[in-house]
Amino acid sequence: MKRVDGRTPEDLRPIEAKAGVIKNAEGSGYFKIGKTWAYATVYGPKEIVPRFMMRPDKGILKVNYNMMPFSGQGERVRPGPNRRARELSLVSEKALASVLDLTKFKNSGVEVFIELPQTDAGSRCAGICAASIALADAGFVMKDMVAAVAVGRVKGEVVVDLSYEEEADETDGGAVDTAMAMVPSSEEVTLLQMDGQVTKEELMKAINMGKEACKKIAEIQREAIKNKYAVGDLR
Amino acid sequence: MNYTEKEHLLKSLNAGYRFDGRTLEDWRNLEIETDLISTSEGSARVKLGNTEVLAGVKLSIGSPFGDRPNEGVLMVGCELLPMAYESIESGPPGIDAIEIGRVIDRGIRESKSVDVEELCIVPGEKVWMVSVDIVPLNHDGNIIDAGAIAALAALKTTRFPEIVNGVVDYKHLSDKKLIVEKEPIAVTVGKIGDHLIIDPTKDEEDVLDARLTCTIGQDGKFCSLQKGGETPFTIDEIDQIFELAMVKSDEIRKQL
Amino acid sequence: MSKLLIEDKEVVVPGQIVAEGMDYLPSYGTYRLGENILANRVGVVSLDGKVIKTIPLSGKYIARRNDVIIGQVFDIMSSGWRLKINSPYTAMIPVKDGSFEFIPRGADLSRYYQIDDYVVCKVTNITSQNLIDLSARGQGLHKLRGGRVVYINTHKVPRVIGKKGSMVSMIKQATGCKIVVGQNGVVWLSGEDPKLENLAVRTIEKIDRESHISGLTDRIKLFLEEETGTTLEIPKEDLSDEEIEAVNFEDSEENLSFEEHNNNSNEEKYEDE
Repeated sequence: MKRVDGRTPEDLRPIEAKAGVIKNAEGSGYFKIGKTWAYATVYGPKEIVPRFMMRPDKGILKVNYNMMPFSGQGERVRPGPNRRARELSLVSEKALASVLDLTKFKNSGVEVFIELPQTDAGSRCAGICAASIALADAGFVMKDMVAAVAVGRVKGEVVVDLSYEEEADETDGGAVDTAMAMVPSSEEVTLLQMDGQVTKEELMKAINMGKEACKKIAEIQREAIKNKYAVGDLR
Repeated sequence: MNYTEKEHLLKSLNAGYRFDGRTLEDWRNLEIETDLISTSEGSARVKLGNTEVLAGVKLSIGSPFGDRPNEGVLMVGCELLPMAYESIESGPPGIDAIEIGRVIDRGIRESKSVDVEELCIVPGEKVWMVSVDIVPLNHDGNIIDAGAIAALAALKTTRFPEIVNGVVDYKHLSDKKLIVEKEPIAVTVGKIGDHLIIDPTKDEEDVLDARLTCTIGQDGKFCSLQKGGETPFTIDEIDQIFELAMVKSDEIRKQL
Repeated sequence: MSKLLIEDKEVVVPGQIVAEGMDYLPSYGTYRLGENILANRVGVVSLDGKVIKTIPLSGKYIARRNDVIIGQVFDIMSSGWRLKINSPYTAMIPVKDGSFEFIPRGADLSRYYQIDDYVVCKVTNITSQNLIDLSARGQGLHKLRGGRVVYINTHKVPRVIGKKGSMVSMIKQATGCKIVVGQNGVVWLSGEDPKLENLAVRTIEKIDRESHISGLTDRIKLFLEEETGTTLEIPKEDLSDEEIEAVNFEDSEENLSFEEHNNNSNEEKYEDE
């Protein structure tokens, strides 16, 4: 069965990824999936405030998710962190932290800023993908990329990478939207959030489809970083 | 840049060059891309050297101000996101961001480039509110000039959304474009020692003694000024800055 | 059956499988996961027999003892000067290591180094909690006057310096600039001609960008020759330098290029008095 935009259930929307796009940053990433774009920049490690957050055994990771004022599907998004943005910052941070080895950076912090100029659906997943490229670009020791994708059920069928239109679908019990992130090499899940109503079987099927999708995404992320170092025009 | 680097820069400026190899009156390379953000009604990306800004326009329906029942509302704001430069902290807009937003806002507002009466839907009741948000992605100085170009370019591509049963339907943009009659260009001239430079980088901004931003329309009329920095200007210097800003604003206008 | 999936000097990225099977051994920048060896940071592969390691292409400077670096003073305390060193951590020059001269208790420390001054100094000690001590007392260590500073990646420093200083000598020869390269990626330059100084900066930035691509020395020589319209004399053996060297922090002292400063540096510190 074809989906509304002609994709098969396993198809991802078109992806474009780049590394090193923001010159001021220690590392940066850009990840565009369908009509959702995410930038991520990494600053640090550095001394961070508040100081009590710093740990004597390893560096800490701080992630900040933000939608630009003109990035929403409807009205202008008021600038500044709202509850949604703060929650997504938190879950993105946890999704990324487990691959990073910050033991060399005790008493310091790494700050990641995820910024979305335009969103359709799957903005937290795109943000995590961009952030993972940025962290690798910044030279951190990390056992793998973190790849993230939304999976779920639309019109009774399990699909990956829901679009905005699919997320809003009300037929056959309504859409189920599950955001997941994965360390592809070890197949460990680092983000899992869901809303909707769904059976265990459907969920497991969705997560397994998400696993394959994450592996594809990780390859695109890795390619993006390699492209930064490709032998291009050397002037 | 520290004080000895500033002395070194002054020596270089005496010889007619800046640290990046430009002369004192050169713009950095300018790139403009428009209509790129589909969730906005108008958008632009401007690169000025390593400075990169996005501008997006969002329209909504609101009530007019009581004293101006026939006019819509145009607002320009700037957010210095912490992604763009290491020392920028997150939180509500700092004073730098507020100044940048207000200077660009004045330039566009006072040039009357957007006819606010055209934004009236029902006099005294419903008008279009036009919000322009400027967001630097990478801050390497002169966000004001780059942001003003981005705001103008974004406004020029703005299309009104459809109104269905009195509610804005953001999914469908109509063919009706926002009319932008004038092209105000901001030129920020910086003063370092006895030298006047345009388009300062972040490093140069750190050691500017003073700056003057002039916004000028294509008719050669000035529509806003903003002096920054602690060092005063002489009347002669202001005269020179005006002359320089007029020439340099034309150079940008040709690239729009 | 073990199998190598990459070539020497290839750029690898986290999570990439670089070898299959148990015959290869992971070292810096790689780790074993089951039967495979994977990369765990962005770097250039360096094969040594069966040992696979990578040399990083990015990342912040981490201080090591005896590194010669360029720091910038940001605070003056009664016990010494605190410096930013382009690293996650700040560092300290204790009063006793501030100068060859005896600094009496209660002396005005800003007469030696002021806030914002750049100082070439040496890392003397690092504690387990990353408190870093520096010394400005030693051969070639001094305050930098005039000139300008650019920041490059710390991992590219050995390439900017070149074998036995060949690269930096070539840039100096072509541009007439004085150059000091700190192991922490802070590079100080000073030239009489702003255009040539700018050329030196662009050359260093080019090395920073392109160091992982082979033929660097030849390419930089050609670039400088084209830009200056002169022919540069480079000792032959340096042109064969195609390999990407490991960052060898042990050599840091001899790698640094102080020759212009050795004669006058010690006097310089006291000029303010």
